[in-house]
Amino acid sequence: MKSTLFNMVAVLFSITLIASAGVGAVNMITADAIAETKAAATKQAVANVLPEFDTNEQSEQTIDDMPIVVYTAKKGDKTVGYAVESMTKNGFGGVIRMMVGFTTDGKINNVNVLEQAETPGLGTKMCDEGNALLSSIQGKNSWEVEFKVKKDGGELDALTAATISSRAYYEAVARAYQAFLVASGAKDKADGVSGATAAKSASKEGNTAQEGGKNE
Amino acid sequence: MNKLQIITGGIIKNNPTFVLVLGMCPTLGTTTSAINGMGMGVATMAVLIMSNLVISLIKNLIPDKVRIPAFIVVIASFVTIIQMLMQAYVPSLYASLGVFIPLIVVNCIILGRAEAFASKNGAIDSMLDGVGIGLGFTLALTAIGSVREILGSGAIFGYSLGIADYMPLVFVLAPGAFFVLGYLMVLFNKFVKK
Amino acid sequence: MANKFFVAASPHIHSPQSTQSLMRDVLIALVPAFSLSLLIYGLDVLRVTAIAVVSCVLVEYLIQRFLFKGANTVKNLSAVLTGVLLAFNLPSDIPWWIIVIGAVVAIGVAKMTFGGLGRNPFNPALVGRVFLLIAYPVQMTSFPKPISPEYVDAFAGATPLAAVKAQAVEVGDVNLLAMLQGVMPGSFGEIGALALLCGGLYMLWRRVITWHIPVAVLGSMAVFAFIVALTQGGGALMYELPAFHLLAGGAMLGAIFMATDYVTSPMTAKGMLIYGVGIGVITMIIRQWGAYPEGMSFAILLMNSVTPLINKYVKPKRFGIMTTK
Repeated sequence: MKSTLFNMVAVLFSITLIASAGVGAVNMITADAIAETKAAATKQAVANVLPEFDTNEQSEQTIDDMPIVVYTAKKGDKTVGYAVESMTKNGFGGVIRMMVGFTTDGKINNVNVLEQAETPGLGTKMCDEGNALLSSIQGKNSWEVEFKVKKDGGELDALTAATISSRAYYEAVARAYQAFLVASGAKDKADGVSGATAAKSASKEGNTAQEGGKNE
Repeated sequence: MNKLQIITGGIIKNNPTFVLVLGMCPTLGTTTSAINGMGMGVATMAVLIMSNLVISLIKNLIPDKVRIPAFIVVIASFVTIIQMLMQAYVPSLYASLGVFIPLIVVNCIILGRAEAFASKNGAIDSMLDGVGIGLGFTLALTAIGSVREILGSGAIFGYSLGIADYMPLVFVLAPGAFFVLGYLMVLFNKFVKK
Repeated sequence: MANKFFVAASPHIHSPQSTQSLMRDVLIALVPAFSLSLLIYGLDVLRVTAIAVVSCVLVEYLIQRFLFKGANTVKNLSAVLTGVLLAFNLPSDIPWWIIVIGAVVAIGVAKMTFGGLGRNPFNPALVGRVFLLIAYPVQMTSFPKPISPEYVDAFAGATPLAAVKAQAVEVGDVNLLAMLQGVMPGSFGEIGALALLCGGLYMLWRRVITWHIPVAVLGSMAVFAFIVALTQGGGALMYELPAFHLLAGGAMLGAIFMATDYVTSPMTAKGMLIYGVGIGVITMIIRQWGAYPEGMSFAILLMNSVTPLINKYVKPKRFGIMTTK
């Protein structure tokens, strides 16, 4: 066909029109399926880090300019735990997202890494079951843990040859803990204590405040 | 040129990866394991077949001066459709291929075949060319992915061979992609293409 | 037949140096550092070196014989030297199969793929080392305890560079004298700055190398460290930091033995200086801000890749040429 201005405009217009109609149609068909898969993935991620539950409500917080989502899981009327979707930008390969599960009394139930771009075979070990990072915090009372690797003067293990990844991992867990404190109301109760680290050092008060929060 | 030659030509004589050396970005980026390479190859093949078909059908309607934008619109639409379908029905593969799916749009294999083949040949032949080139790309990516997975993580299609601790990690990292691509290219041109 | 009557263009200068004699001199220059390592790490050093040399020579022989179907090039000792240099970059307790993989990569990939000695763009031993460092990071960065008990204290923990990078140790607290003598953890050939310097002096005396590259590398590193120390407040750090960086890690081994490889370094004095400064600066940038504690091997490989460019633009002035306006 000749390249006259009218031809070019008309042809390009009709091609784009048909193409966008096609894309729109497929979008209508798949939109529900995509939303479902995403919701199922989130539910699965929450279920992986918490004991059994029926329903979960979600609330959002912003800590250090990063969006942190807290899922409060309930069985009947009773709260059984909090799953916190936390993140850090300081991984060796950039962003790490993870789901951290806290029981109502503040124990770290489980951690599940959702997204990472760490070095395969080194930093990616953070996704494995029973890895050094997870096993050094799992089941611990989170206000008693200082989220630091041994190299930085803390007590937690790091992955071999992946200190940066390990640091980022604990940083994200610490951020999840802050969000947990806010969501569970423990932070308000630990009166006068500002910030998660201070709350941790005042472990006793934190503990009782926690209990108080639960009984309400 | 008969129909069979069009297909085998895409796999061997005009192999997009080892002979034409096109589409290097997904080739190097996605082949960390055999299944990822294969997924990328199949997704590209699907786009290639459909875009070749459509472009060969509408080739006489497109004014010459705007043919490249027209081709790109067709290709981009198919890529978006494939992306949405993958996201909905194979989310795990979609998660591991990540950013490379939208990049199929700018994969020069697809535009290259549209320009070099589909805009000059009939619908059936163009589809067959898409099948051939697509198979060639898929086979090449699967081969690279398999070698990298075996050498780098001691596994093949996810099945561990139990030798992971002895394998050099570097092959699943970016430098390993270049090593494997280079040597496979040498072997392909020496033994397969002649 | 035609080759026998080939006459090269002038100048017809004959040099008593041959590839073999040069390689032999470099090997002799490595003897002091090797003996020191034997003293500190024991017979393991011998084991690692022997495996590396044998596998390098074997790979070169097999490729030359069965793939190239060419003459036997083992006698020119270049594969032996690659083997020794590769071994010098390894911890002394590394498993044998890792050494063999390193040798295959060094000779097979980095050297023979490009056509053998004289055609390789990258230093083979360093390619082998960097490959292993990325492939087996755990084995390549854990160093054994020395055999003699008197040294054990100095060897607890990581290399000085890694310790400083992790901020476990202040530069001012590092025992610089011990580092000069080689009493520090590390790959067994890179410790012992003094022993490596002796080897360097021997090579200078034998005219195997010229002073340009080592001086440019070490000098630029020292200047860089001095500037860093200045920005951090100066004081004693102004001489401690440069000294620390010159003695730590692979600085000496890299500057004297690795960067001076004929095939992969520029040909003119000016080119050598540019190349050396490039290595020094890149090394310091990686040490200061990079993810790895040591950057010498990466820096040399990066500068290897620009060597052809340096050779193209830094040419000696041809005699008798006048510039016309």
